[in-house]
Amino acid sequence: MDLNGSQMVVEALRKENVSVVFGYPGGAIMNVYDEVYKQDYFEHILTRHEQAAIHAADGYARASGDVGVAFVTSGPGFTNAVTGLATAYIDSIPMVVISGQVPISMIGTDAFQEIDAVGISRPCVKHNYLVKHVKDLPRILKEAFYIARSGRPGPVHIDLPKDVTAQVGKFEYPDTISIRTYKPTYKGNARQIKKAIDAIEKSKRPVLYIGGGAVNANAAAEVREFAEITGVPAVETLMARGVMGDDNPLLLGMLGMHGSYCANMSMSEADLMIAFGARFDDRVTGKLSEFGKHAKIIHVDIDPSSIGKIVKIDYPIVGDLKNIVSEMIPLAKEKINPTQYESWRKLLKRYDEIHPLGYKDTPTVIKPQWVIQRIGELLGEKAIITTDVGQHQMWAAQFYPFDRPRQFITSGGLGTMGFGFPAAIGVKKAIQDKISINITGDGSILMNIQELMTAYESKVPVINIILNNGYLGMVRQWQTFFYDKRYSSTDLSGAQPDFVKLAESFGGRGFRVETKAAFDEALDEAVKSNSVCMIDVNVDRLEDVLPMVPAGGSLYNMILEHKD
Amino acid sequence: MRRVLSVIVTNEHGVLSRISGLFAGRGYNIDSLTVAPIPETDFSRLTIVTSGNENVLEQIVKQLHKLIPTYKVIESGEFVEKEMALVKIPLNEDFNGLDAMLKAYNGVIANSGTNFIVVMVADNANRIDDFLKAIKKYNPTDMVRSGSVAMDV
Ligand SMILES: Cc1ncc(C[n+]2csc(CCOP(=O)(O)OP(=O)(O)O)c2C)c(N)n1
Repeated sequence: MDLNGSQMVVEALRKENVSVVFGYPGGAIMNVYDEVYKQDYFEHILTRHEQAAIHAADGYARASGDVGVAFVTSGPGFTNAVTGLATAYIDSIPMVVISGQVPISMIGTDAFQEIDAVGISRPCVKHNYLVKHVKDLPRILKEAFYIARSGRPGPVHIDLPKDVTAQVGKFEYPDTISIRTYKPTYKGNARQIKKAIDAIEKSKRPVLYIGGGAVNANAAAEVREFAEITGVPAVETLMARGVMGDDNPLLLGMLGMHGSYCANMSMSEADLMIAFGARFDDRVTGKLSEFGKHAKIIHVDIDPSSIGKIVKIDYPIVGDLKNIVSEMIPLAKEKINPTQYESWRKLLKRYDEIHPLGYKDTPTVIKPQWVIQRIGELLGEKAIITTDVGQHQMWAAQFYPFDRPRQFITSGGLGTMGFGFPAAIGVKKAIQDKISINITGDGSILMNIQELMTAYESKVPVINIILNNGYLGMVRQWQTFFYDKRYSSTDLSGAQPDFVKLAESFGGRGFRVETKAAFDEALDEAVKSNSVCMIDVNVDRLEDVLPMVPAGGSLYNMILEHKD
Repeated sequence: MRRVLSVIVTNEHGVLSRISGLFAGRGYNIDSLTVAPIPETDFSRLTIVTSGNENVLEQIVKQLHKLIPTYKVIESGEFVEKEMALVKIPLNEDFNGLDAMLKAYNGVIANSGTNFIVVMVADNANRIDDFLKAIKKYNPTDMVRSGSVAMDV
């Protein structure tokens, strides 16, 4: 079959069963858009900024587990996409992004809207391509999807010159692919697995340290079963929220900078850490020399470079987490008696009783944590939650009752403000029968506010809940704790839009909330309205996220309350 | 610690910048880097001389492996390692002893013109250092040194 480059792109997407593409057109990618117009295999959603297109594709990927796809044009279109690529890369999200490029003959001439896109994307993608000839395009498209979803997933970028989109060539789309230089390891080493089980059997105070890899590997069921049959208590990273299910008695909560006291104490006192797809991020470990001081470490990860990068590992196991935990389960059943850690679990329970996660509610102002809990009570498993970045993100992680993986979608590694709203649009496209809620701050929401137009035009009902504290709250919190309350450039109270009018001017619905009762009403109406909504909730301005491990501090030394 | 790595990669557009970008982006040292296609294959071989502690070296190897075009990273074992240097010496110098010196460092006269000769030596890095010091007495006008090439044996 002879096709031109643009038709090849459309055909490849059809073969990959892509149902939605997010993007923004421009000169260099117009030929592709012309083919998008002619086809009806997939829907195209026009975002109002390229960054949002990438975050939407990312949200789609995180919610569905499939590859997210986006198109952008050359030059400024591509540079706008970079933050999205970096966000997906650091969180290992499968994605294929196709950018237009000036014609090959003009590359390197500083042509109109030319930029070295592969040069820019190289450090923030798993792999990238500059397509030099249409004959390579079918293979490159196939490889891109394969690389994005296999091994440790990640975004792949294809830079596609305009003349290649018009060139005609043979379209032979390979069914399977084998790249001789790229062979991810899926099966764990049997001897290492056995050794790990022996180490668990001998341990007295083991902890499961669950990371985002458990979500990527779709290994939640196996991880839960492993925890149950061994009786080993578990902590989750921000990226792993929902893996254990919040009603699971073995779950000690989130660990790290804003983790629970109990979770962090468990890590500090453990004699064995069982890291499942976790990468020892500095927001998790705190001061490295104090992290897991008494523990041997088992680390299971698909990415060999992740193992031993931050801490010394005693039992490295490279491979797919789902496979490996499945192999561990029968061995564990044989060897490990779940009652053997009973006193350890009791001790941890004590820690939880001494310093439970909580906040002081008051009748006079709305506490941001209350809002999160309330959303949980009212919507629970019916909602998928995205967030932006800041205090609201941490409160969402702490207080929403997540009962499954892929229910909490947030920019963990890069911490990208502006992620939440476009990601929620992608989430809604992936999972239509769930309610897509973006929990955001009055700072973050303005970073991609133009997406109100996308959601309105494309009929993607997303509910933005703004925890409005009139501050760049998380930065304000650091200024309170560590900069003597010099609130440099963080007070937003004097310069805020009218969020209700703003939503309305884009065709959406806006609600201003100053009482708890009004919140319930607004949320109810927003859900029923089935349109894009903004609920602007006036919350306590000076609430802090607690507990907190100061950056570089040790996990067992948490700030539990802040006294003025 | 100095370490020699031999990296086999697919011979494709941009692969060198992936590798150098990896070193630059992560702050690893490159002492020298040479690259050329491997005859009758579509692979290239890079010889990278780097330095760092045990952990850094382990990460370098793992991160190199992580690049999609990387086929193989040969890191340990015995290498035969050579560097090359070219030195231009004016013809009006007194060449007494030059022959013996070239012999000692696997050297030859590679070229000669109306008013200069060019000598070439190939040897391991330390010995090239020594040679370049010793050759100074002939007042060279130009010296060019290559990176290492290495073969595992
Ligand atoms: C793009 C980007 N710029 C800056 C930051 C630094 N930053 C982290 S949290 C934060 C404040 C966020 O304020 P807001 O969205 O109002 O949320 P709050 O903390 O008040 O809940 C800032 C500026 C960031 N994470 N991302």
